[in-house]
Amino acid sequence: MSTMATRPSASHVVPVRLLGAKRIAFFLILLGLIVLFFLLELGIGAVHIPVAEVVKALLGTTESETTSKIITELRLPRTLAAALCGAALGAAGLHLQTLFRNPLAEPWSLGLMAGAQLGVALVVTTASVVGSAVLQKIAFFSHLSIVAGSSLGCIFVLLMMVSISRYVNTITLLIFGLMLGFLSQGLISIILHFTNQSQGKIFAGWNDGSFAGVYWEQLPFLAFFVLIGIAISLMLVKQLNALQLGEKYAATMGMNVKRSRILILCSAVLLTAPVTAYCGPILFLGMIIPHLTRGIFSSGDNKILMPGVLLVGAGIALAADLIVHLPWERHFLHLNAIAAVLGAPVVMYVILRNRKIRSL
Amino acid sequence: MSVLSVTQLSIGYQLSPLEKKVVASGINLTLPKGELVCLLGPNGAGKSTLMRTLSGMQKPLHGSVVLDEVNIHEIPARSLAKKLSVVLTERVEGGLLTAYEVVSLGRYPYTNWSGTLTEHDHAIVTESIRQVGAEELATRTLMELSDGERQKIMMARALAQEPKVMILDEVTAFLDLPRRVEFMRLLRKMAHETNRAVLLSTHDLDLALRSADKIWLLPKGGNLVEGAPEDLVLNGTFQKAFASEGIQFDSATGSFNIHTSLTPRVYLTGSLEVCGWTQRSLERIGLTCTTSQDLASIHVNAEVDGWKVRLNGKETIHKTIYEFINHIKTEAT
Repeated sequence: MSTMATRPSASHVVPVRLLGAKRIAFFLILLGLIVLFFLLELGIGAVHIPVAEVVKALLGTTESETTSKIITELRLPRTLAAALCGAALGAAGLHLQTLFRNPLAEPWSLGLMAGAQLGVALVVTTASVVGSAVLQKIAFFSHLSIVAGSSLGCIFVLLMMVSISRYVNTITLLIFGLMLGFLSQGLISIILHFTNQSQGKIFAGWNDGSFAGVYWEQLPFLAFFVLIGIAISLMLVKQLNALQLGEKYAATMGMNVKRSRILILCSAVLLTAPVTAYCGPILFLGMIIPHLTRGIFSSGDNKILMPGVLLVGAGIALAADLIVHLPWERHFLHLNAIAAVLGAPVVMYVILRNRKIRSL
Repeated sequence: MSVLSVTQLSIGYQLSPLEKKVVASGINLTLPKGELVCLLGPNGAGKSTLMRTLSGMQKPLHGSVVLDEVNIHEIPARSLAKKLSVVLTERVEGGLLTAYEVVSLGRYPYTNWSGTLTEHDHAIVTESIRQVGAEELATRTLMELSDGERQKIMMARALAQEPKVMILDEVTAFLDLPRRVEFMRLLRKMAHETNRAVLLSTHDLDLALRSADKIWLLPKGGNLVEGAPEDLVLNGTFQKAFASEGIQFDSATGSFNIHTSLTPRVYLTGSLEVCGWTQRSLERIGLTCTTSQDLASIHVNAEVDGWKVRLNGKETIHKTIYEFINHIKTEAT
């Protein structure tokens, strides 16, 4: 077909450049915001630390030992966790929205987080009942088993949702996901009846997502799985693009649909399970981050969207956590309160704007 | 020369390891280069099953589909996508992708892991868009496009795959008449200018008869017949394939008529244009026109200013076809 290539191209078909000046600027602005939020997160809290001190503490040149301790031991792991989780949830949301072709799909709304929580609850109680004290003492295994339990629960729900999605419409699928959430909450409370106090502690405040439970001990496990998930995600941009035309078309264009589906599901699990295991269910973020990213870059191309959701996700999670940890006089704000205030209106907007969903 | 051929093909579904549902069997076909072939047939004859089997999306029950001398099911997905592209009936959503981005997805089998387009890829995408005449749509998102515009873009995408064979399944189904005519012209052009084999399944007999170089006619029961449209009309294959109650294929005009052997008949006179439309309105209520005054029990003189009717010995004048038809309906039955 060389005839096609040699003919002069029509003058007025001008492709939008993948990385125009505008998009590069947006990426830089996002990076700038992330650095800003990052430093603010480290500085702001019950004890206020000026940014200059924060930088010194990070470089290890501060004189004050308490400042150094507050920042490196308490705030730094939490801040890193927030950035990682935000990026992870954004990418997971993008995967699920593309795969299910459903603008409201995300780890929480599809019930993946509920499944992951139940998985963790089962692992922890089983460990306590069977009394694998040895395993408990070796922190490494106990972390792996928590992530494994979380992943198993997540995989179970995901497979269920994939098979159900063939028979039900968009909204029904989401209702199903929410019901799974209630079911798992119920089951978790029942399970808690049978665990002793110290075991039950791990579930304290589990209805709330929070990045504050992540310390240096947990961070490597969280980071390891999430970073693998992100790496796979970045390698799937071509497949995600083709999937936007539907699986049938993707197959006729030479995509191995089965393998791509499995890879997408795997990375969704790798991105969701560790986040839920260590930070609890974080509502809405997984859904609003992809929408926000599409809006910012006004693009549907996953080559832009995938790196985009990572940055936007990290930025939003840092900002939300920053609001939570502002020195409020009376009490703590909950992360999910912020997430809901940000997220619920987006859901309503998407439902109202989307003709297909509205008419269901 | 043919690019795609099948011998003794059985199509259908393997319901269970032991049980299969055969939709059609004993199919022998060749799809020639540089020609537009239209697959026609009544609903339920297995057109879609045949299309899916020929494009490798479904396995045949017996026999094989051979593309470029290789069994289509032994060609890896990526190489197959370079030889054969498909456009489906279904409406694509495509989210925020621009038309240009959708067309460039046609380069999927050629690009690297990240799908980055080379200069050469860009040139082919641009040329594909130009070929379907969608230059002004290129920067718009798929969401903003009408059904016809979307199908045009999907066609450009299929072209960008640089296939030897293009298979299009009822792509004109949701389009209005002018758009359908335009699409047929486009498909002919694709087949003739770039020497591709183009196969279209369609319900649009009239257009298919006018535009196709070759017709594949799949009647119920599956004895597929091929030939030039005119051959199939003249040797009566067409009439047989679509024979069903109340519908008749008129080999003189090449179109379908609602079956009308019922009496009474109408002797119609008047100005040409008015007569044409009046005849249609009469056919709608099951009446035929005749050229013989003696056979007719209804006499109509149709003019722009009114319809004069002589029926049952009474003469009436009507201002509109609506009134006129209602009168005949009540009086003649």
